[in-house]
Amino acid sequence: MTRDVAVVGFAQRQMKEFDGSPTCVELLVPIFQECYDQTGFTRHDIGFWCSGSSDYLAGRSFSFVSAVDAIGALPPVNESHVEMDAAWALYEAWLKIRTGEIDTAIVYGFGKASASTLRRTLALQLDPYTMTPLWPDTVSIAALQARLGLDAGLWDEKALAEVAQRSLSDAESNEHAVRRGGSSVEQLLDRALYADPLRKHDIAPVSDGAAAIVLAADDRARAASDRPAWITGIAHHIDPLHLGARDLTTSASARRSARAAGTTGVQVAELHAPFSHQELILRTALELGPDVVINPSGGALTSNPLFTAGLNRIGEAARRIWDGSADSALGHATSGPVLQQNLVCTMSSESNL
Amino acid sequence: MSRTLSQPVTVAFDYTRSTGPVLGNFFSCLRDRVIVGGRTSSGAVLVPPLEYDPVTHQATTDFVPVGPGGVLTSWTWVPEPVLGQPFDRPFAWALVTFDGADAPMLLALDADYGSIRTGMRVSVRWADERTGAITDIACVEAEVEVREAPRPRSQSTPVTGIVTPVSLDYLYAASPEESAFFSALAQGRIIGQRCPVCHHVYVPPRGACPVDGVPTMDAVELAHTGTVTTFCIVNVPFLGQKIAPPYVAAYVLLDGADIAIQHLVQGIAADEVRMGMRVEAVWRPREEWGTTIENIAHFRPTGEPDADYETYRRHL
Repeated sequence: MTRDVAVVGFAQRQMKEFDGSPTCVELLVPIFQECYDQTGFTRHDIGFWCSGSSDYLAGRSFSFVSAVDAIGALPPVNESHVEMDAAWALYEAWLKIRTGEIDTAIVYGFGKASASTLRRTLALQLDPYTMTPLWPDTVSIAALQARLGLDAGLWDEKALAEVAQRSLSDAESNEHAVRRGGSSVEQLLDRALYADPLRKHDIAPVSDGAAAIVLAADDRARAASDRPAWITGIAHHIDPLHLGARDLTTSASARRSARAAGTTGVQVAELHAPFSHQELILRTALELGPDVVINPSGGALTSNPLFTAGLNRIGEAARRIWDGSADSALGHATSGPVLQQNLVCTMSSESNL
Repeated sequence: MSRTLSQPVTVAFDYTRSTGPVLGNFFSCLRDRVIVGGRTSSGAVLVPPLEYDPVTHQATTDFVPVGPGGVLTSWTWVPEPVLGQPFDRPFAWALVTFDGADAPMLLALDADYGSIRTGMRVSVRWADERTGAITDIACVEAEVEVREAPRPRSQSTPVTGIVTPVSLDYLYAASPEESAFFSALAQGRIIGQRCPVCHHVYVPPRGACPVDGVPTMDAVELAHTGTVTTFCIVNVPFLGQKIAPPYVAAYVLLDGADIAIQHLVQGIAADEVRMGMRVEAVWRPREEWGTTIENIAHFRPTGEPDADYETYRRHL
């Protein structure tokens, strides 16, 4: 059975600090409503619900179960969860639709990163024997990666500042951005170093938020959207956790995912790069040419709500197809330390079938 | 001003992990002030050793002593250290490629910010007390001239496990609805909220009706009396227990609510508590009230006739 799956709805909320419970129920209720308004679906039309979140962020157990309140689960709903960015929940839902088991799905993610010291909490995703006991923070590990590339001559400080400058400028037109407002590459380079060689604008801001995407198959997608963003390729791969076992200046898993998804003809790419230099690594790994528009939303450097920042990249890319500004777009998500795991999703205005 | 109540919460747990033979050997050697790497099928020496070869998936058996000197492959400065890191003052993280190894490992570097250069020679500084864990390496530092030779292995028991204490601090916020509930308790009131679709009254109020997925907006003042729908007698002692067993934990369906709350039933022998029993809240003295359900010390029997089963059957 071959079925085409499209992204037909997308809603998001981001903020620096969410003044509410880490289950984010009150963020999700209006987000789901927006998804219904966009697609004409009601909650009874949704065949599957899949979320991405982590109790380590929430500081409580089973936060994803409380979040199910936002769906309205009577009669009981078909539901699943991943302890990853919701982009991986989207992969699960895409697979379920492809099998023919369901026709529609809402995937959602949420997280309140501001409830704890995020760069410390994330030490728990490292090797529990040889790394976590030292509590290496995620910002420092990314800075080590940035210097490897600087010393090898793969990029320079100016290239990092250019990424930040473009992102901050583009974020000015994104109402959801947590950080925005460009100045100039020179002014950015005049700013103080933070995690040497990174400056604060090279590091994604700690962000809270939630988001949801609606997927639908074939005619259900055509009914829900005038111009569905058909998923033409989706793949994800993972690199070893041992930092010495991979070349940190490249991303083998991103490259492999891009080749599996197929990136030829992509006009717009939304890359989940929480650090300036990681966008440069990804552009190379995904083999994106200079004519590809990168992160018109401002990207993760201007808003990085954990567990939805990757899903948002797919949603932002799909929006470019819906509004006709692109015929072919790519959304990328990352998870784990220094681009360990990567997912690539390509979308087109043209159905495969 | 915040619209929610919040308070600090610390979630702590000691993770006890068995090491297996490869990391057990690595940690046993560290305890003896020796660093060993593991050779992969491609011939490269990785530190710490991989448990299984990434290509052949065979267990690592070829251990190679490396260091204690090496080269600084990458570094960064930590202006604001976080709790648990090797130093509580600004310090550097380093990727160190030990002599004899082919890839770097992550360690702290103790050096003046201005003196750090990629490619500089560094050497291990051992912890004074070593237990067979990664923290046996205190850090690396700029290499001094005198280099100690690797020591022969001691005869002490091999390391088979490590304990990693994990403690995370949160500022935990209640939802706006929960905050209203706790604020009302501080005034001696119990409030719930009604779903605009199914008209059920939830206590404590929730962000959304779990049946209909819509916000619950209408506050409802609830009675301090109710019916025991179900209960259990606690006979088992546990850490932090405040009341001597046996005692009764019960679901109390407050009059006017559609969902029961859990609380204690006292003022009656545990073996006389029954389903359908009518109870009322016993509040602590007003001067002890806070934004907490503990303002209600417990529920006690009202002495009314038991409620008919049909009145609470739907709430079981």
